[in-house]
Amino acid sequence: MWSDLFLLPFLTGLGLALVLPVLGCFLRLRDEWLAALAYAHVAAAGALLALVSGLAPALGGMAAAALAGVGKRLFARRLAGGAAFAILLLAGWAVAVLLAANQPLAEQLGHSLFDGQLYFAGTAQLALVMPWVIFCGVVLAILSRHLLLARVYPDYFSARRLRAWPVVFGFDLVAALTLALATMAMGVMGAFALVFVPAWIAFRRARSWRGGLVLAALIGLGGYIAAFLLALGLDQPFGPVLALLLITVGLIIA
Amino acid sequence: MSGLLIRARGLVAGWERPATAPLEFALESGRILGLTGANGVGKTTLLSALAGRARVFSGALEMRPALRLALQTQDVPPVEGVPLSGRELLALTGAAGDGLPPWLVGRLDDRLDRLSGGQRHYLTLWAVLQAPADLVLLDEPTNNLDAAGVAHLASALRRLAGLGTGIVVVSHDHEFVEAVCDQVIVLREAGDVV
Repeated sequence: MWSDLFLLPFLTGLGLALVLPVLGCFLRLRDEWLAALAYAHVAAAGALLALVSGLAPALGGMAAAALAGVGKRLFARRLAGGAAFAILLLAGWAVAVLLAANQPLAEQLGHSLFDGQLYFAGTAQLALVMPWVIFCGVVLAILSRHLLLARVYPDYFSARRLRAWPVVFGFDLVAALTLALATMAMGVMGAFALVFVPAWIAFRRARSWRGGLVLAALIGLGGYIAAFLLALGLDQPFGPVLALLLITVGLIIA
Repeated sequence: MSGLLIRARGLVAGWERPATAPLEFALESGRILGLTGANGVGKTTLLSALAGRARVFSGALEMRPALRLALQTQDVPPVEGVPLSGRELLALTGAAGDGLPPWLVGRLDDRLDRLSGGQRHYLTLWAVLQAPADLVLLDEPTNNLDAAGVAHLASALRRLAGLGTGIVVVSHDHEFVEAVCDQVIVLREAGDVV
C-alpha cells in the first residue's frame, strides 16, 4: 500500500486529519460547527462549477469557499443566529447536485466529492495541503487567545477600543479555505466528520483548552489512519468508513 | 489629566434614549468610585458609557488618552461545555493567580464549567480585576458571592487601588459600596444626584 499510489493520498489526508480537528474546536467554541458542512458544500459546488467552466476544480472550490466565508459578513444582520451557514449549505448542495445531474463531467467529480474518495489525491493536492496545514496552524495559534477572549469576554474588544473584525474575518477565511482543501481531498462528509467528531469528544472529555486541542488532534489522526487502512483493506469508500469509525469512538468515549 | 482618569460634566448616557440624570464626577488613579441607586436609574448604562458601549447624549465625558480598560459585566461568561481551565482563563487576560482566595487556588486546573456558580463568578471576576488595566469597571461584582467572597473582593479592590488602578463599582449592595469606595454617587430616577 505504500506505493506512490496510496502514499500521496495518505500524506495529504494525514495533514488534514491533524488540522481539521483543531479547527473544529475553534468552530465549536464559536458555536459555528455547522460552518464546516456549509463551507464543504459550497466548496464542492465551486469545484464542479470550475470543472464545467474549464477551470481547475481545486481553484473553484477554494474561491467559492473563500467568497462564502467573506461574503457572509456582508449579510451578518440578515443571517444572524447561524442562518448564514444553513443558507450556504443549502445553496452549495443545490448547485452541486444540479451541476452533477446535468453535466457528465461534473457527475463524476460530484460522486467523488460526496462519496468521499481520498485515493484520487495526488502530488498537486499534497503540495497545496502541506504548506496550508502549517500556515493554518500558525494562524490559529496567533488567533487562539483572541477567539477565546471573544467567547468568554465578548466586550473585551470594545472596552479596549480594539477592532474585532480582523480576528473574525481572518478566522472565517482560514476556516473556509481549509474546509475547501479538505473537501477536495477527502469529500464533503469526510472533512465534516474530522471537524465535528473529534472536537465534540474533546469538549466533553478534556480538562483544559490546550488538552482539548491535543485530544482532538490525536482522535483525528488515530481515526484517520484506522479508517484509511480499513477502507483500503475492505475496498470501501473512505469518507463513510471514517465517519462511522469516528461516530463509534465518539459514542463510546464522549 | 495627570492623575485624573475620568471627568464627567453634565453627562447624560443612554442606549436608544437618555437614561441617566446629568452627572458630574471625576475619578483619579488609585481611587474607587461607587455608583449605587435603585433599579432602573441607569447605573449599568453609565458604566457602559464609560466602556464606550452606550451613547453619551449630552454633556462631556473626558477620559485619559490610551486608558487601558477592564470591564466586568453582569452577563455570565458562556463557558458551559467549553474545556477551559481556570489557569487558562487567567492567562487569557494576563491576570496573576497570586492573592486568590484559598477556596479557589486548588481549583485552578479544573474546567470552569465544573466549578460552582460562586467559584466561577469569582474566578471570571478575578481575571478582569487582575488584568493589566488603568481603570477597572465592575457591574454588580458581589452577585453570587457569599460573605467570604465579598470580604475577599473588598480587600482585593483596596489592594488594587493601592497600586494606582482606578475602579468604578456599580452595586446595589450599599454596605459593600460604603465599605470599599472612596467616593459614592447615588443615582436617582428623578434626576437629582446625591
